[in-house]
Amino acid sequence: MKQKQKRYEMCFTGSGGQGVILCSTILAEAAFLAGKMVAQSQSYGPQARGGLCRAELIIDEERIIYPKVTSAGFLLALTQASLDRLRIGMAEDALIIIDSSMHEPDDPGSCSVAALPILQTASETVGKIMTANIVAVGAVNALLGIAPDDLLEQAVLMRVPRGTEQVNLLALNEGRKMGAAAHSMIYP
Amino acid sequence: MTERRRMLLQGNEAVVEGALAAGMRFFAGYPITPSTEIAERCALRLPQVGGRFIQMEDELAGIAAVIGASVVGVKAMTATSGPGFSLMQENIGYAALAEIPCVIVDVQRAGPSTGLPTSPSQGDYMQARWGTHGDHPVIVISPSSVQEAYIETIRSFNLSERLRVPVILLMDEIIGHLYEGIELPDADEVEILDRLTKDDPRQAELPYDIVPGELAPRMTPFGQGVFYNITGLIHDDRGFPTSSPEIADRQCRRIMKKIDLNSGQIGRYEELYMEDAGVCVVSFGGAARSAQAAVEAAHRDGYRVGFFRPVTVWPFPEEAFYEICGRVSDVIVAELNYGQMKLEAERIAAGRCRVRHIGKVDGTILGPEEIYKEIQEAAG
Repeated sequence: MKQKQKRYEMCFTGSGGQGVILCSTILAEAAFLAGKMVAQSQSYGPQARGGLCRAELIIDEERIIYPKVTSAGFLLALTQASLDRLRIGMAEDALIIIDSSMHEPDDPGSCSVAALPILQTASETVGKIMTANIVAVGAVNALLGIAPDDLLEQAVLMRVPRGTEQVNLLALNEGRKMGAAAHSMIYP
Repeated sequence: MTERRRMLLQGNEAVVEGALAAGMRFFAGYPITPSTEIAERCALRLPQVGGRFIQMEDELAGIAAVIGASVVGVKAMTATSGPGFSLMQENIGYAALAEIPCVIVDVQRAGPSTGLPTSPSQGDYMQARWGTHGDHPVIVISPSSVQEAYIETIRSFNLSERLRVPVILLMDEIIGHLYEGIELPDADEVEILDRLTKDDPRQAELPYDIVPGELAPRMTPFGQGVFYNITGLIHDDRGFPTSSPEIADRQCRRIMKKIDLNSGQIGRYEELYMEDAGVCVVSFGGAARSAQAAVEAAHRDGYRVGFFRPVTVWPFPEEAFYEICGRVSDVIVAELNYGQMKLEAERIAAGRCRVRHIGKVDGTILGPEEIYKEIQEAAG
């Protein structure tokens, strides 16, 4: 998936409670603030924690009619189970970001796969595993260039619980650095 | 000119913002997936505007409290999903007969029973019309986008207040949980209608004595010094029970005519590429997004196919659809149920065109390609 595209079809998956839905909502908010059309949706099971959950996000410059992803150009997976059980159509040049704790897919086809230490950065560098989703927000935006940094920051502040702003901005910054470092590997 | 407020909202959140713009100041309900965000946002927003939010012990109590609030003159709403909607049916009939304005949001999920709590469905289409017993009037509106959820919630309140009927906002999980950008119109761009009352206090004691030329009663809210009765029994002008066949007949016919004679104002639909279409795809609510995508793709590929989307789903926009059925060869009804709106389409088509059906009941959204395939078959 190239940077600064006209249309993005993105999928985010993980375990309930990791915040992958919020991760996609913040990216949706940032793209919306940047003047784009967005459609974000999610699917999850009846349990509040631990079940598989996934979010879908479409960002476009034109009106979005069908609001679900048909051919994902980007996938973020934070747990092995959620990646293994994901059933979604992927674009040929899709970019798949997995957490470093996971196994790379056996047959990624023509997709590029990058493993990033998202969970480890959240728990060790930021000091709170709960911020993994915000680390991911920073990394994804650094890789894809969805929204300018100031709007992304604004989107994070709009959507995180009050009192957690500082730790989440720290997480966002760590994610950005991680994404920027991975950028030259993925787009040589 | 001030710049309009743009916001990224979930469909459920847009319903609350629309309700507040319409003047809703009371919400009572019992949270249930996929409608919970409505209760959550009402709990947050109502106290900010001087309104009241109560989480009740169950859905029966939720709608009962809403009717009570409306009786004292407050615009009131509740929200639920399939299982809770079933529990509300008895009091929806009460509101229809006693003519108490209220808005009931049903964010549909896959049923029957507790079904698939987090999955989309449109299986409450018939229940929304005929869920409560007896001949009764009701208006059912089904939005297809977050922007429309906002606008149609305002319209639901307007229709409910003016016609004194329960209005059901028939949402589904697709639109309820979808985040999209919306533009909030300025206050002076939105028409807000309030219920009418009688000026003469002696006349006000006859709440069901209808002003000539009107169909809905003008009722002075309880608590303003006017004494009358409200009941779910057939009642006279003062609201007291009667078994007079004449009054029963007059009352039943009048409350049904509130809808029949105002169908032009109540009915709303959208058409696309219907001018020279030979095939018409009919769909509503969240499923209509898949249908429209399929129709646009087929149209680009040269098929003579159009799209008809009822926004008001009960009463069905009959006149416009009747005319379409007379000039197309095929109608394709695409919905997330076993075939409910299809029955209404068949009734109106009355054999003048072929009615095909795509009804998905596996708890997933229709893919545009599924509808595209049917368009190809219909176009031969």
